[in-house]
Amino acid sequence: MKRRNLFTTMAAALALATVPATAALADNPVLKIGFVGVTSGPAAAWGISNQRSMETRAAWLNEIGGYKIGDVTYDIEIVSFDDQKDPKRAIAGMEKMAQEGIHYVVGPNVDDGAAAVRPVAEANGIIYFPYAFPKALYTAPASNAVLGMVANYQSGPAIYKYLKEEKGVKTVAFIAANESDPLSQRDSGLVAAEALGLEAVSANVTYQVDTTDFTPVLTPVIRTRPDLLVLSGVTPANAPQLIRSARELGFQGLISTETAQDAQVLRESAGDLANGFISVGGASTPEIASDMMKEFVARYTEMFGEYNDESNTKVYALEYILATLAENPAAINDVEAFKQTMDTFEVPNPYMKGDAVMRYVGMSSFGQRRQVAVPLVVNVFQDGEFETLFVAEVD
Amino acid sequence: MEQVVANGIYLGSQYAMIALGLTLIFALMNVLNFAHGQMYVIGGFVTYTFYGQFQMPFLLALLMSCLTLTVLGALIEKFLFGPVIRRSAREESTMLLAAGIAFLLDAIILLVFGEKQRGVPKIVDGVFNWDFRIIMPYDRILICALAILSIVAFITFMQFSRTGRALRALAQDRDAAQLMGVNVNRYSMIGFALGAMLAGLVGGLLVTITGVNLGMGGPTSIKAFLMVMIGGAGVISGAIVGGFILGMLEAVGLAVLSQYGDITYLVIFVALMIFLTIRPQGLMGKPWG
Repeated sequence: MKRRNLFTTMAAALALATVPATAALADNPVLKIGFVGVTSGPAAAWGISNQRSMETRAAWLNEIGGYKIGDVTYDIEIVSFDDQKDPKRAIAGMEKMAQEGIHYVVGPNVDDGAAAVRPVAEANGIIYFPYAFPKALYTAPASNAVLGMVANYQSGPAIYKYLKEEKGVKTVAFIAANESDPLSQRDSGLVAAEALGLEAVSANVTYQVDTTDFTPVLTPVIRTRPDLLVLSGVTPANAPQLIRSARELGFQGLISTETAQDAQVLRESAGDLANGFISVGGASTPEIASDMMKEFVARYTEMFGEYNDESNTKVYALEYILATLAENPAAINDVEAFKQTMDTFEVPNPYMKGDAVMRYVGMSSFGQRRQVAVPLVVNVFQDGEFETLFVAEVD
Repeated sequence: MEQVVANGIYLGSQYAMIALGLTLIFALMNVLNFAHGQMYVIGGFVTYTFYGQFQMPFLLALLMSCLTLTVLGALIEKFLFGPVIRRSAREESTMLLAAGIAFLLDAIILLVFGEKQRGVPKIVDGVFNWDFRIIMPYDRILICALAILSIVAFITFMQFSRTGRALRALAQDRDAAQLMGVNVNRYSMIGFALGAMLAGLVGGLLVTITGVNLGMGGPTSIKAFLMVMIGGAGVISGAIVGGFILGMLEAVGLAVLSQYGDITYLVIFVALMIFLTIRPQGLMGKPWG
């Protein structure tokens, strides 16, 4: 009897707790935006920062009354699917989005997942924003994928050129996890480095993605004594361990990567050994963040207890989707209208100081506008924080 | 070469510690604990919380990891594995339960500790450098020594304590142990808690070197199973030998085969398959179980 009472009370409490949220959502029609990405396993930080950025922004918009597209104000609902970094799961996730009538999806986070979902997205009229770099996804005849960040073949040459000219780098070594994204990033990084006249002294060494002790892996690389060690496609979980092992093995050269990292993770796991580590940063470091970006960070922190620096870039995809729909409300159920709007779309960037704009780029790399314009911010880690090394633009 | 041997010994001591708890639980209960890696991860996160977040002394944080996992292990045995073993004679029941617990613990870890990689301040600064022939940070040397010390303490406990003797009797013959007055249910719970505690201990030790994240559980379990297969399932000394062999194979493979890409574990798996075809019971296991 007591147990029954307890369950009744819990059910009532649960019902009461859900009433206000349902009521708030019931005021406006709901616009569903999907997320298909990795939110479990070693690369979970990549997808969770995506998902939480979207949820934070959606909650914020809903709190202030919704988002106006044409004459209708919508509440935003984020529908998420964990693909576990498995292409088969990514396909299932994209099919789920199609079944729910969703036309705009953020993700997947990795190359093979992004490539796998392409047929599903194209067959079901879905525009998706992957964080994956294969050019075939964004080059005609493909037209439904929009790169959500700066690709390594765009950031790598800029970083190597800077380090060659400013730091006198002559030799470079690459190390990558033995899976598709890091290996393709290593290969394109190698091409970029050699094109700049840098000598690659080591580029064959790879490691299993679940490696936890990198000293044995790095030992042969460090023996080649490169000026620059590139951690190709490194996950935020592996970066501090690699840096720590390299420094402990006596490596005194520069270390860089073309993926985004999190300052707190580096601070905790590598400490001062990570000083000087160069990475592609989020698009809103303190030097360039607007008040709106600061409020986003505060809201994210309040919702989830801790901010993730990767969200500096990942805040953008949802904003681009909504702003493009606002520009052309007909696109809400018509992705062809969305594609047409992409060619001329340009609105102020609310997350950056100054006169930065949000627009679609990619003509140079893909021959069509299939990339969001986020600034290429190259950071250096110093004493627990990222500092902006230089900022560039991509097209 | 010296560096390779040093890396191998260091990795071997880690791996032996990881495999010990797994093989203990298998020996006592015939349970393949797929959640062993997740228990290791929880141990790492508990030490991270107390040492890294609350800035308590490292040894106290390590003790908290051991205590947490002891309690967790005891509860899992009492309320999950114990009843299932009593009610079902089918071995796959416990295997499925173990897999389910692994998923559950993964979800709990994500909820409680988040998705990020976590690390703690180094417990000892500095690097031992013998003329660039052996380079080993002092904290690794310390963790290696502590791991070996823990293994010795565990063996001593199993060999000379009353509880250890009861556990060994249980592992050798459950029915005979019961006839000799060993409380099977009680010692099963103690044994499972001890195995979980070992996972927590090694997780707490290694968080100072490798950090910890929620994705480490599955791969850790797989490596632990490898070591147990090499050494012989359910044999304590086999787990230790298996751990050191795997550590040495990995260190040598990474040094010698690195120029051919990431084929070290491919070679290890092929060698293991050939080995198990010849000696399926592992190095120190008995063919009859």
